Amino acid sequence: MCTYLTEKIAVDGSGKGAAGWFSLTDATVYLDHPQHAPAEHTLNIDFLNPAKGPSARVAVELTAESARALARAIETTLQSAPPGLV
Amino acid sequence: MNEALIAETISITGHDGDEIEAYLARPLGQDSFGGVVVIHHMPGYDGGTKEIARTFAAHGYAALMPNLYHRDAPGASPDDAAAAARAKGGVPDERLVGDVGGAAAHLRALEGSNGKVGVIGYCSGGRQSFLAACSLPLDAAVDCYGAFVVGTPPEGMPLKVGPIVHLAPDLACPLLGLFGAEDQYPSPDQVAELDKALIEAGKAHEFHSYEGAGHAFFSANRPAYRVEAANDGWQRIWDFFGRYLAG
Repeated sequence: MCTYLTEKIAVDGSGKGAAGWFSLTDATVYLDHPQHAPAEHTLNIDFLNPAKGPSARVAVELTAESARALARAIETTLQSAPPGLV
Repeated sequence: MNEALIAETISITGHDGDEIEAYLARPLGQDSFGGVVVIHHMPGYDGGTKEIARTFAAHGYAALMPNLYHRDAPGASPDDAAAAARAKGGVPDERLVGDVGGAAAHLRALEGSNGKVGVIGYCSGGRQSFLAACSLPLDAAVDCYGAFVVGTPPEGMPLKVGPIVHLAPDLACPLLGLFGAEDQYPSPDQVAELDKALIEAGKAHEFHSYEGAGHAFFSANRPAYRVEAANDGWQRIWDFFGRYLAG
């Protein structure tokens, strides 16, 4: 299935791509065929800086189970951070 | 047929006179050949689809695959280009027709061309193959599991394309449709609706739906690959193009 289903958010941070580190401005989250992962569909996340061109991209393709585990781990980590850090 | 071929990246004139990247594979040592425009799937102008183009050349056809995402990401890797194109909602229909028309003209102008040109597309390219065959003077068309020829994208999908089944009366050439019975996009009901529309329009077509296969069953490097469906599908393609393009 070609879903094209895409959530877009603005992000502030850095990512390391094929040409080294670059600043991030956007992220997209979508469920679709992976390019590389051995699954029919994956939850894909692209960390982007469109102003630097289409190759300014850090991509991950995760199984749905892995993606949910990642989301929980991010929340858990942020919630357990000492007061004042985040 | 000795299966000798040459394959190379070239530049062709596409929609609006734009110069775009394309992959050309053509047979060697053959006096006359038909042409096939290969429309890549949504993941882009990638190695798997280039291999498909070379397979056509090994079987005696000149195959030309325009990089439909060239304008979105010139020089980028296929996966980065596909991500950039996805972010824009896909390839506009008008641009697609212009690019396929440019590719067809390039094929007809090749030394050795017999003047016949067909089109084949996979995934999003299946819909685009039907679109091209309803918009351009082509000699044969193959739709491999193209979604949204029938049916609209579900709510929430920022897809900038709509159904095109109403174009069936404009179909300019015979159509071969190859589908997975377990696919949902297109679903068996949607395939049946397209079949009905083509019958009503009096258009020559043949459809094959494979049990045990879903979307993208031709993709040999993906888990969706289904060897029985793919092998039979290739044979259908050789029979079909042999009737309408060869010589």
